[in-house]
Amino acid sequence: MEFIHDLIAYEFLQRAFVTSIVVGIICGVIGCFIVLRGMALMGDAISHAVLPGVAISYMLGINYFYGAIVSGILTALGIGVINQNSRVKNDSSIGLVFSAAFALGIILITIAKSATDLTQILFGNVLSVRASDMWLTVAVGAIVLLAVLLFYKELLVSSFDETMAAAYGLKTRLIHYSIMVLLTLVTVASLQTVGVILVVSMLITPASTAYLLTNRLSTMIGLAMFFGALSSMIGLYVSFLYNLPSGPVIALATTSIFLLAFLFSPRQGVLGRKLKINKRRMAVGK
Amino acid sequence: MPQTVDVSNLYISYYGKEVIKNVSFSLQTGKLVGILGPNGAGKSTLMKAMLNLIPRDGGEVTLGGQPLTSMRKKIAYVPQRSNIDWDFPIIVKDTVLLGTFPTLGLLRWPKKRDREWALECLRKVGMEQFMHNQIGELSGGQQQRVFLARALAQKAEYFFLDEPFVGIDVASETVIIDILKSLRDEGKTVFVVHHDLSKVESYFDDLILMDKELIGCGPVDDVFRPELMQEAYQIPFPMLGKLGVGM
Repeated sequence: MEFIHDLIAYEFLQRAFVTSIVVGIICGVIGCFIVLRGMALMGDAISHAVLPGVAISYMLGINYFYGAIVSGILTALGIGVINQNSRVKNDSSIGLVFSAAFALGIILITIAKSATDLTQILFGNVLSVRASDMWLTVAVGAIVLLAVLLFYKELLVSSFDETMAAAYGLKTRLIHYSIMVLLTLVTVASLQTVGVILVVSMLITPASTAYLLTNRLSTMIGLAMFFGALSSMIGLYVSFLYNLPSGPVIALATTSIFLLAFLFSPRQGVLGRKLKINKRRMAVGK
Repeated sequence: MPQTVDVSNLYISYYGKEVIKNVSFSLQTGKLVGILGPNGAGKSTLMKAMLNLIPRDGGEVTLGGQPLTSMRKKIAYVPQRSNIDWDFPIIVKDTVLLGTFPTLGLLRWPKKRDREWALECLRKVGMEQFMHNQIGELSGGQQQRVFLARALAQKAEYFFLDEPFVGIDVASETVIIDILKSLRDEGKTVFVVHHDLSKVESYFDDLILMDKELIGCGPVDDVFRPELMQEAYQIPFPMLGKLGVGM
């Protein structure tokens, strides 16, 4: 209860609370499309690849947001170019481009001499969120939710059956890159909460957990948002209580929820399946 | 004058390798048309080119005299089963509902009327009792019927089905061919990529026979003949007799 008391008392904690919950929600939404489109590795790539953009923004003295968006999108395009113009397979071209971007980012940040910033960018520090960062996150959240709400039909059909979508005239390439842009926005918004390295856990884990629990995309998105927000709250609480870094704690919170679903999901859970198999075997045995 | 589907001087290549070479034909609309040819003959590619899904090196496609781009809403496409992620979180009735999206357009949601129409289409293929099942829980034939229902929901004039009869049960095959025939009877045009030679004569009105180049095109009786089939499939006469090719 001390946490709630502190939450009311300290503004920095309120900012951390709002920011991390918004991040949990939007990572859950975008994560669903990333997971269903088989782009989990892409999520990891974009999150690492914003680093050079952040560094260059820092050098130029502008908001890191702009640089991050540019390098995120350039990475998505670069991966597309290598993938479509060579026999190098999709996962390899993703690994190839993002490791290069990440390496470049680390060198640039070292040159810019901001070692403390590097740790924060890599692992996040939600307790140091400034008011401007919080509002930025809320704005990104509003954009992402609005975009998914307005274009839900198109996102659904192009994720499920891209050929049908193209056949009736949807611009599937445009949809792909729009998702990349949203993914970049979400990643940048998540930098302070979970950091570059662990954004992927917020993107993939709550969405995968929801995937185990439902057969409807709309429900999956709702559940993923809930699990994302819940993980953020648990993570923030635990990291505050035991003075641990917020990113890793939030990441492990998402994993714990996933494990519960993995074991106990009625349809997809490991235990449920085992029970059904045993029941059948018993029945046949008699 | 009856309308036609016209393909003229179509060329397609993948990475510089020619897959379709100078294919031209003209067929009347309102027919059930089989696209036949050996593996790698470019049958699916031809279908995708007719739908403008892949870039072409040259050539024109018109449906009923209209260019493709203005016909998109009148086209329904059923992909090969292998191209679908059957673990996708979607249930049968929502899969059929996707067929109403093209006419709805952007920023409009399916209404009660659209949902009822989707259910009616599901009934036509005899799959309404599975409406709440996730699509991966169905058999291959049932899956194919659901996708046909989705195509019906599109209220299209032109139907394109890529290998709809591969790996499905006899009951589903009968349901599907009956529906395709009744579409034809309503004046719709249906193209089917097909490879089982034994049923060609009872299924189709017209055939497109190809092996990268066009080998034959026209009514089944004119195309489904030993000399043309041998040219396409490179197999000897007696074999073709067994497969039912008319002498």
